[in-house]
Amino acid sequence: MSSVLYDTPGPRARRRSLIGSVATGIAIAALLVFIVFRVAETGRIDAELWQVYTDPPRGSSAVDVWTSLLINGLGATLRAAAVGGVLALAVGLVLVVLRMAKPWWVRYPATAIIEVFRGLPVILLMFFGVLGLGMPIFQGVVFGLVIYNAAVIGEILRAGIVSLPSGQAEAGSAIGLTQPQILFSILLPQAIRRMLPSLISQFVVLLKDTSLGFIIGYTELLRILRINTEFFGESYLFVLFFVGAAIYIAVNFLLSRLAIWLERRGSMKAAGGAVHADTEHAETHPEAGQKP
Amino acid sequence: MEAVVDNLPLYWQGFRTTLILALVSGAIALVWGTILGAFRVSPVPPLRAFGGAYVEIVRNTPLTLVFFFFVFVWPQIGPSVPFFISAIAALSIYTASFVCEAVRSGINSVGVGQAEAARAVGLTFTQTLSIIIVPQALRTVVPPLINVFIALAKNTSVAGGFFVAELFGVARRLANAHPPDVIAVLIGVGVAYLVITVPAGVLAGYVERKVVFAR
Repeated sequence: MSSVLYDTPGPRARRRSLIGSVATGIAIAALLVFIVFRVAETGRIDAELWQVYTDPPRGSSAVDVWTSLLINGLGATLRAAAVGGVLALAVGLVLVVLRMAKPWWVRYPATAIIEVFRGLPVILLMFFGVLGLGMPIFQGVVFGLVIYNAAVIGEILRAGIVSLPSGQAEAGSAIGLTQPQILFSILLPQAIRRMLPSLISQFVVLLKDTSLGFIIGYTELLRILRINTEFFGESYLFVLFFVGAAIYIAVNFLLSRLAIWLERRGSMKAAGGAVHADTEHAETHPEAGQKP
Repeated sequence: MEAVVDNLPLYWQGFRTTLILALVSGAIALVWGTILGAFRVSPVPPLRAFGGAYVEIVRNTPLTLVFFFFVFVWPQIGPSVPFFISAIAALSIYTASFVCEAVRSGINSVGVGQAEAARAVGLTFTQTLSIIIVPQALRTVVPPLINVFIALAKNTSVAGGFFVAELFGVARRLANAHPPDVIAVLIGVGVAYLVITVPAGVLAGYVERKVVFAR
């Protein structure tokens, strides 16, 4: 699309746009350099501060620092995300089955549950788990993640089922399958495959949300940054934060790429199966899948 | 239950703070996100790269991390600001990346023929975008934007974990002050969030159906 917004440039326009591009590039680079210099002036990124990663002060070793970051910090983050992700998928499946059920007294409550839990902040659900239900911190974090994400995953799967051609379910009834059989052996397998990119995007959201555990006292990557800062001193905060943020971004970036790759592969494979669902979850645009 | 009834004014205050946070940072994110979206489709490669990098980095960063930066790291490298301003900054910067994506996919949803026709009658890039593409893109963009706003309304709760007394901050305070009434207190706060998010969701669905019908 963006390529048709302007003409194929001629020699003069090309020269002009080249000059404009270079100027803009220089302006952006200058701005970045300026920011780095301003930060450097505060002395928070001095060379000896970075030694915290190679030869840290206060009798600590580089191995200790990296162990705390990757094993204790990232490890705890991934553990909460893995447990939460698996459980959310399971509960989400149950919710979508209930939601697609025929009797109204099953369908309506399931719909209500999905709508309510989708509309609540994850941090509030975590807090409810810990204080309201008296769960230990880890379980509270997982509880919040599962309740919210199960509702969202339920919606994603429903969008996937709705997006399937109606002939799929009709063919199922034609050969005499029951409603549950149609759902489990025809609709859900296709819906899950179709929605895999959205599901992975949602997993990125879930992974990001584990950081909310920081607020209620779960020791994950952010909390480790805080603890390390208290140990080494406030002057190390920026240096420690920088690498912590880089770890988060790297992990999420890889997962997002996986989702996009799957989407491309999926759309190439399924020649007759381009996804055109009627909800926002079924974006044909891979990058639009992740919700804030 | 008494804890809820007795503290209704506190709830109201928290609700107002949540709304103000959502509206102010929503407005800033809308402007900044639209600018970023224009960057991403612009003919200037450095601007495209900047927009792309911004979205890629910010969307893969947890909101809590953005808050952490503005509340703990920023005071060390810049002028110190009130927590409320830090919260607005964090929410705006984070939400802008999602606004940008919504705007970009809205622009992409307008038929290529529209842009080609505009080019054919000799409109410039700015003209094509502002009088042909954007007005058409707007209607497609509205439902996803409402969803971004719903997410923002829920995300304001993170501010409660960083010293801003909005709804979640109120929930924490009341829960600690009235341990026996914790469940009632938290359900009260949950309902307050739902008052914002559920009607907005219904509105998004309604607008979405309208837009589909209008095509």
